[in-house]
Order: sequence, then structure tokens, then C-alpha cells
Amino acid sequence: MKIHEYQGKEIFQKYGVPVPRGILVHTAEEAERAAKTLGTSVVVVKAQIHAGGRGKGGGVKLAKSPAEAKELASKMLGMTLITHQTGPEGQKVRKLYIEEGLGIEKELYLGVTLDRATSRVTFMASTEGGVEIEEVAEHHPEKILRESVDPAVGFQDFQGRKLAFGLGLSGPTVNKFVAFCRGLYTSYIETDASLAEINPLVLLKDGGVIALDAKLNFDDNALFRHPEIAAYRDIDEEEPSEAKAKEYDLAYIALEGNIGCMVNGAGLAMATMDTIKLVGGAPANFLDVGGGATKEKVTAAFKLILADPGVKAVLVNIFGGIMKCDVIADGIVAAAKDVQLNIPLVVRLEGTNVEKGKEILRTSGLKITPADNLRQAAEKAVAAVKG
Amino acid sequence: MSILVDKNTRVVCHGITGSAGSFHATQMLEYGTQLVAGLTPGKGGKKFNDKVPVFNTAAEAVKETGANTSVIFVPPPFAADSIMEAADAGIELIIAITEGIPVLDMVKAKRYLQDIPNCRLIGPNCPGVITPGAKCKIGIMPGHIHRPGHIGVVSRSGTLTYEAVHQVTQLGLGQSTAVGIGGDPVNGTDFVDVLKLFNADPETEAVIMIGEIGGSAEELAAEYIAREFKKPIAGFIAGQSAPPGKRMGHAGAIIAGGKGTAAEKIKAMEAAGVLMAASPAELGTSLQEAIKRGPPNKNR
Repeated sequence: MKIHEYQGKEIFQKYGVPVPRGILVHTAEEAERAAKTLGTSVVVVKAQIHAGGRGKGGGVKLAKSPAEAKELASKMLGMTLITHQTGPEGQKVRKLYIEEGLGIEKELYLGVTLDRATSRVTFMASTEGGVEIEEVAEHHPEKILRESVDPAVGFQDFQGRKLAFGLGLSGPTVNKFVAFCRGLYTSYIETDASLAEINPLVLLKDGGVIALDAKLNFDDNALFRHPEIAAYRDIDEEEPSEAKAKEYDLAYIALEGNIGCMVNGAGLAMATMDTIKLVGGAPANFLDVGGGATKEKVTAAFKLILADPGVKAVLVNIFGGIMKCDVIADGIVAAAKDVQLNIPLVVRLEGTNVEKGKEILRTSGLKITPADNLRQAAEKAVAAVKG
Repeated sequence: MSILVDKNTRVVCHGITGSAGSFHATQMLEYGTQLVAGLTPGKGGKKFNDKVPVFNTAAEAVKETGANTSVIFVPPPFAADSIMEAADAGIELIIAITEGIPVLDMVKAKRYLQDIPNCRLIGPNCPGVITPGAKCKIGIMPGHIHRPGHIGVVSRSGTLTYEAVHQVTQLGLGQSTAVGIGGDPVNGTDFVDVLKLFNADPETEAVIMIGEIGGSAEELAAEYIAREFKKPIAGFIAGQSAPPGKRMGHAGAIIAGGKGTAAEKIKAMEAAGVLMAASPAELGTSLQEAIKRGPPNKNR
């Protein structure tokens, strides 16, 4: 799960990770008041959307007076911000964070995430603050310092010092940086984060170390034990169909194509999309109905797929294992009738009781195109959308 | 012979009285698996299906029944704890089926296992392990699509494993052992571990390996294959059309920071001498072709 910058900073504050003073606002008037309250000669007006790259997209601006903050806010609120992470459709700006201006000496990068290769939480730090870490990794991998944390003992101060001296810090700043890392690690572990990224982390002219940005993602599977984090969810930032899918407990991801897909199993669902592409078509979605593929799930899945106006045909691909093909076929037929399906439906069933399952589809009275294997199913679906 | 599980495998099922645990315990018993014990804290002393004794702790189950393998159906919040309990009890092979375990729980559990010699974890979030020749099925895979044979299967995905197994069976071949290593970002056993076992197993003559986007397990496997693997091998990678930054169902199936793409993995595996299937429909025929061609280039 993703959250907003201002929410991330709330969490950081709880763990003693220094952040600038800031105020969340929803109107231009509030922005003006916030700038007055902060009282610094410069304030920063920051659009709150879940995607990164806001600065380049025009979502972060400096205001030299409360009046200017008001003016910038009135332009920014309601605008559609397009960044490399939002995709071409962009994301509407609904709230702003007004932050105090700071005397910045130097910008750094600090990130914490899981290193899958070692199965450990790992710190990454770089002197290239403000730059995409992927770009640094690509062109100057030697500029990224790493520290892997042993989960048995947690993050140790010496690791913080290694990073600090590696980044060229000196004097009292070193200890401030170490304390910063310690707080960051604790916040990561105690909230079950999956990513904590501070880009940039800034060194202030007065020697302070502060998180100018805050990007926190969380492990969806651990939200059950963090109701306070789950409450940070902002449905406005989610693809509506994906939010709907969560209600049905379905794994669904919207794509650009016109062939709706319903598959059991994540691997097979990906492979189905791949095969549609392989034979010259375009999948409209990823959808895993789960191992069970019950009538209720299949009905919900059909509704979700058909809610996308771009869908011109549906491909169902089920490998019936424990759940037998005839039971699945019954579910597909009932669900298709229930939602009054009126676009081509291609079904590929394989596994236990496959002949019985195919018979049920054949005698259902519905216009269902059967297929014997995945490639054939994809070809038939592609032919169906081409008319 | 086979890998991981055989006739001497004695299984304790963690969470045997839960809905998933009891359903699949029954299926495992029907298949012929030596399921010797169940585990549900607080229900010790009862019998599952009137014949399998249920214990309160893994230590008791091991002591009383000689169980050497655990299968975990415990719900996600308690599953990592259950894995560590099995390891502590002296279980040698732990197969974790549970999907949705918090990642940081697995980071801890894996660290705990590191200090225990001769203990292997398979999964979590996997279909399990099956050796048809020994009538030993540990997990949730449909038993009847398998048949004894000489093809090893290893995969990160459940249903794609079934696709591969089914096609192998239809070709009249059969499986030595099929292993699901799971779709989570932190898992106990990787492709390389399983491939090493297949390489050393005289019963396994060829292998199908099925990967997916996310992480670098396939690239590491490709390095190993190019270096040491002596048997014909066919492969498939799911997720060529997956958009970056989105989790494709499996917690571990995500292209992050431009890394973990299907294209990179396919390239690495092809270069290592794996015959790559263009779609899962061609897994069986690709395997036949790989067998005709022989082992990866350098190891012929």
C-alpha cells in the first residue's frame, strides 16, 4: 500500500526521524493561512499524489509570500499532474502540503527496502540526492552504498557510521545521521514497510539532517496488524476498478487492451496475457480468480471485466485441479447468464473432468467459443475482437 | 529415487483442523502420503479422520510419530511462527503452503533457519512437493494429473506447474518430483537449490523450469545451469506483458526499478542453454525438443 508524503512524515515524526514543519491544506485560502502560520520567508507548496516525480511535473513550487502560496495553490489544486510514474492519464491533485523553507547545504539519497537476494532489509545511500536511484544504479552503481541488516540484532550504529563516512559526512552531522538511520529502521520494521525512501535527505546549513521527502510503502499482507496504517489508505489515488477488485478479494490489474482475461493462478494469468500478446492481441487486464474459481468469484470477475468499456471479448482460462472442470463450467454458465454477457466469450478448460465441463458449456445455450489449449484460445479471442 | 520426498517421508500437517488443512490432509491421505501427525495447539489428543493423531506442539508430534517433514497450512499471521516451531522440533523439510505471510515475518523465520543445520524450507505461497513414484504428495496440487516418471518440474507458480505436469503426463512421460518454490519475495529454497538436487538425482532425466517476473532467482539459475547442469532443460517465464511497478497477484511478481523483467530472464536462460517455450501451451513440446537437443551446451 502507498501513502502520501505528509502521512509518511507523520509516521517519521513518531519515530524521531526529523522532518520539516508542514501543514496539510485543501483550499487556496488554507494554503495562505498555512504559509503565515509557518512564518518562514519561503514556503514550499507540494502536491500530494501517490506518484513520484512531482517536482519535474510541476507539483512542487516555492512561494516567497503567503499571497504567492495562495496563488500557486489555486493553480495546483484540481490540476492533473503527469509524471513518469502516473502514466499519461495523470493524477488529479486534491490536497497540498505547505512546508517551511530550509537552508539546504547538501542533498543525499537514503532508502530502505528488502534485498530479495539476501532476504534481508537493506539500506542504500548515495551522494546523488534528488536523482532517481534507478538512474544512479544504472550509470554509477559504485555511488550506491549498501548496508544489510541482520534481523536477529537489527540496525547497528556502526552501520550508520559506515554510511555516514562513506557519504563524506563529518563532525556532529555523523551522529545525527546515525540517529536518523536508527529511527528510520525502527519505523520501517514496526510498521511493516516494504519501502522507505527519502529523496532527498538534506544536510542543513546548521548541521541538521532532515527528511525533505518521504516515500513509504507497506506490505499489504501485514496491514491486518496495523489498523493505523490501513486508515491512511486514499481510495482517490487508486485505479477505481482495482479498488473494486479488492472488495471482491480478487487480484486485478487494469491494462490498455480489449481482451478481458479471467484465469486461475497468478502465473497462469500472466502467461495468458503474454500469449494474447504473442498472437497479436492486447489483454485488457490481469485477473486471478484464485484456486477455487467458485460461481460467486467468477460472477464478480465477469462484472469487473465488463465494467471496462474497452473490453470487446472475454477469455476464460482455467486449469481445474482440485476444483473440477464441470463445477467450474457450471459457474461460468451461471455467471455469464447472471451478467447477461453479450460479447464473445472464449473458454479454455483443462484438467479434471474436462469433457464433462466442455459438454456443459456446449449445451448451455450461450454463445461460447471453446478452445483446447491456451494458444488456440488466445488466437480465437484475437479473431473475435477483430470481428 | 527422487528429490526432497520419498517413501521414508513422514509428514506432520500444521493446521490440520483448519478448513484448508483438513481438506488437503484428506486429499494427501487418499493419494497415499504417509501423514503421521497433525498439529493444532489446544486440540492435542484428538484424532483427525479417526486415524491421524493431533498434537499440541511439533516437538511432541516428532517424538511420538517420528515425523520428519512438515506441511504448513496455518493462517498467515501465525505461519512464520509455525515454520520456526517445525525447525526447532528437528523437522528436516518444511513445506509452507500458506499465502500472504508478512514479508518481515519471513525475513525473521529465514534468519532463524540459518542457524539450524539440515533443515530446508520450501515456499511459502507454493503448491508443495510431489513424488508420484513414492505416492508422496505434500501440498495442494491435484494428485491424479501426475504419473511416475523421469521429468523434474520446478516452478514459482502453482497452476503453471499443473500445466507443465499435465502436458508431461499426456506425452506419456511422467515426473520424478515436481516442486513449487512459491511466489513470495522471501522463500526458503530457490531454483538453484532444486536444480542442484535434480542434477544429482539419477531418476531425473530432464527438467522443466518455470519462472516469472520479479527478483533475480532465474538469472542466478541461468548462471548455475550454464556452469554445471548436465540434463536437458526447457523453461518458461511468465509476465512478458506485465506493466512495471504492479504486483501481479504473487507478492514477489513485480518489476521494481526496471529490474526483474521477463525479457532479461528469458535472455539469461536462453544463453545458458535452456530451451524456452513461447507460451505455456508449448511446455511439453519444448521439453521433447530439449531432450532431443541434449544438455545445455557446455555440459554435453
